[in-house]
Amino acid sequence: MEIFFYIAGILAILSTLMVVVAKNAVHALLYFIVSLLSVSVIFFILGAPFIAALEVIIYAGAIMVLFVFVIMMLHIDSSDDDKAYDFMKPKVWIGPSIIALILVVEMLYMLFSDSYHPMANHTISPEVVGKLMFTKYALVVDLAGFLLTAGIVGAYHLGQKERKNLHRYLKEEHDKIETS
Amino acid sequence: MNIPMEYGLLLAVILFCIGLVGLLIRRNIIFMLLCIEIMLNAAGLAFVVAGASWGQADGQVMFIFILAMAAAEVSVGLALIIQLFKQSGSLDVSKVNKMKG
Amino acid sequence: MKDLLWLIVALPFAGALILAFAGGKLPRALSAAVGVGSVSLSAILTLIVGYEFLGDTTPYLQVVWQWFDVYGLSPNIGFHLDTVSLIFIFIITFVGALIHLYSAEFMWKEEGFVRFFVFMNLFVGLMLILVLADNLLFLYLGWEGVGLCSYLLIGYWYKDPKNGYAARKAFIVTRIGDAALAVSFYILFMSFNTLNIQNILMEAPETWTVGSGIAVATAFLLLGGAVGKSAQLPLQTWLPDAMAAPSPVSALLHAATMVTAGVYLIARTHVLFEIAPIAQHTVAIIGAATLLIAGMSALYQHDIKKVLAYSTISQIGYMFLALGIGAWSAALFHFMIHAFFKALLFLGAGAVIWVMRDEHNMFKMGGLWKKLPITFWTFLIASASLSALPLITAGYYSKDKIIWLAYASDKGSKGLWLAAIVGAFITALYTFRMVFLTFFGKAKAEPTHRPGWMITIPLVVLAFFSFAGGFIELPDNMGHLTLVSNFVEKTLPATTLLSLQPSTELIFQIISAVVALVAVFIAYKLFFNKPFPAAVPQRNAIQQFFFKGWDFDLVYDKLIVEPMVFLSKINKNDIIDKFYTGLAYIARQLNVLLSATQNGQLRWYAMIIATGAILILTIIFFP
Repeated sequence: MEIFFYIAGILAILSTLMVVVAKNAVHALLYFIVSLLSVSVIFFILGAPFIAALEVIIYAGAIMVLFVFVIMMLHIDSSDDDKAYDFMKPKVWIGPSIIALILVVEMLYMLFSDSYHPMANHTISPEVVGKLMFTKYALVVDLAGFLLTAGIVGAYHLGQKERKNLHRYLKEEHDKIETS
Repeated sequence: MNIPMEYGLLLAVILFCIGLVGLLIRRNIIFMLLCIEIMLNAAGLAFVVAGASWGQADGQVMFIFILAMAAAEVSVGLALIIQLFKQSGSLDVSKVNKMKG
Repeated sequence: MKDLLWLIVALPFAGALILAFAGGKLPRALSAAVGVGSVSLSAILTLIVGYEFLGDTTPYLQVVWQWFDVYGLSPNIGFHLDTVSLIFIFIITFVGALIHLYSAEFMWKEEGFVRFFVFMNLFVGLMLILVLADNLLFLYLGWEGVGLCSYLLIGYWYKDPKNGYAARKAFIVTRIGDAALAVSFYILFMSFNTLNIQNILMEAPETWTVGSGIAVATAFLLLGGAVGKSAQLPLQTWLPDAMAAPSPVSALLHAATMVTAGVYLIARTHVLFEIAPIAQHTVAIIGAATLLIAGMSALYQHDIKKVLAYSTISQIGYMFLALGIGAWSAALFHFMIHAFFKALLFLGAGAVIWVMRDEHNMFKMGGLWKKLPITFWTFLIASASLSALPLITAGYYSKDKIIWLAYASDKGSKGLWLAAIVGAFITALYTFRMVFLTFFGKAKAEPTHRPGWMITIPLVVLAFFSFAGGFIELPDNMGHLTLVSNFVEKTLPATTLLSLQPSTELIFQIISAVVALVAVFIAYKLFFNKPFPAAVPQRNAIQQFFFKGWDFDLVYDKLIVEPMVFLSKINKNDIIDKFYTGLAYIARQLNVLLSATQNGQLRWYAMIIATGAILILTIIFFP
């Protein structure tokens, strides 16, 4: 069973790398979906099947689809700046890479300075998760609801077509310009 | 199974750092948002690994909340990106620096 | 009637106030009446108060109100009348009234007629405050005030910048003395916790030992103040330039009253000088040196007013000499007589200049003795008095007393006597040079008109006093009348004499008489009816040196003025200010630096956030 963890891990890392260096936006999205699927496998191995399912359904199924819709709507073609691969120039990626490298090194140091903790060995079923969510974390569920409501309202308002509210004295000028 | 918790966290760290690098080097705003999603996903992975190592469901609950948050953020963010595209005509983030100085 | 003392001081101020506010709207004659009348009323009141005071000479103090009271310093607005201040207020108001009358006609055609009288009245009021003040702070008010009035009056014809420079020079040079005076007040207040003059004079001999450092320092500082105001060495450079003022101003300020403020100060604080013998001896030496230097400078001048200016410096040198050898009454007597004849000389010179269309050069005048008879005769009497011609002039009695006491006082010496005698010789010489050049010889220009009665009356009155004023103090072997000495010695100590033969005094009197007559004769030989074709004679280097008053101006210029100007030029950008502008500059540079981090690039901000997060992580989790 453990071997799948390592395979899925490596697959996740590779596909995330491909997301970062992809030229085409849709390609990047598809690579990311592969990464999400591998992470879902890892969740399953760790004994969290509910989460594994949620990852696929919501993350890969809803959020990424939203991305795809927006990309289609905006008619992003390949003649964009990223086509020039200017992020592949050393002077662009050397700085961020150093920063990320430092972070990794620190984390490594922190993680591996103690002895190893092995993982627990049992699967946690959805009922346990649900019970916990609605007793101990009930308030946080409500807050998440607020957040989602705010998201809906904001997204609706921001996505509206522009309506010009002109002062009535300016309306004639505007109409003249519009019709001419 | 005897996968050490540290390996799981290590995976999360690596994914997070890849997402960070991607955020800092891409110019297209869609890609930057995507890299943010990568980082969120990595954080969620870290939570689940930690929860699994204690044998409790708290980690999974955290991941659900992270998921909800990511969904709300993506929807609003994409709406903003649409507005940005309408205002400035391109998705290049280095072209919208009017707030400088 | 003694309690009308305050009115004597208040009347000139009232005159000045009325003229300042309403003078422009009054007709000219009325303003003149107010200006002259206020000082004349003061003079009459002085005579009344003085007459009553002569009967009972205990010092009289009239406190009008308390000025302020801060931390133990509580000066009053108080007027202290004793014999010394009575002499001074008599001279100030009496000679002042005569000069005001003179200037009513002299300045009649001037545009700033009212302004002149405002300043003159203000000056008289402040000078009266100076001599009547019962504490040093009030005295300093009068001291500074007369300096201000001197500045205003020297620069009276302000449209010519030279007058402004002369006024500025006078003010700045006297200011140096005033600073020394202020420091001496600090020392006095620190030691005695009061600035009341009578209290200080009583406590000083008990608190300070004779010759102690603090006494000497205070006395020298007081001397510094006196030297500045009285135009003695080394601060005498302002008085010749102050002749840019109208002649009445020169007569009142720079002959009779303001320049004698130093004499008053030293006489008033005589106790402090007596407990610092070095300082008193320095006073005498300064007096002797100044009278010689000024006398020799007067011998080479061609401007009639400059001759009189140097003459004033020289005569005040005599007064300082007298103060320095402890001859207090002789100094005040000479002050009184000098006020009469010097004011007269200035007024006469002013009349001559006025009728000769503002011509100051003596070599361009001549033959005036027939054309301006009254002016000539009064001028001649005053010159005789100045030269101390024996027996018939008041100047002889006063100046001879000083010359005699320079030898006979226990603080005098043969050297001081010699300086005084040589000074007397030079005085007579330049005085009669002036008379012969101005009034005799061929007439080079015609006077335009005759002076009127308002000019002539003061001249005549002052001439009378120059002649007869000396008869109230006769030497021992000529009648032994000591009215003035007795009067002054009620306040100031008597002069201690060496024990000498009585015939010694007679010999010395004959010597000084002969010296004066010989000098007149030499002047007659050199300058009477001699043709001087050039208006300004050619001068060789020595003559130029004396002409410039021993070139003190050049020394001060090179020593003090040029380094100051140089320093202020190199400090044009104000190094001290650079500190504050530097702070502002640094702040602005920081702004430039920090605003570079706000470049509007999203990825840059994200990078900063990432870097910051890593830093925080490092700091928290690693040592």
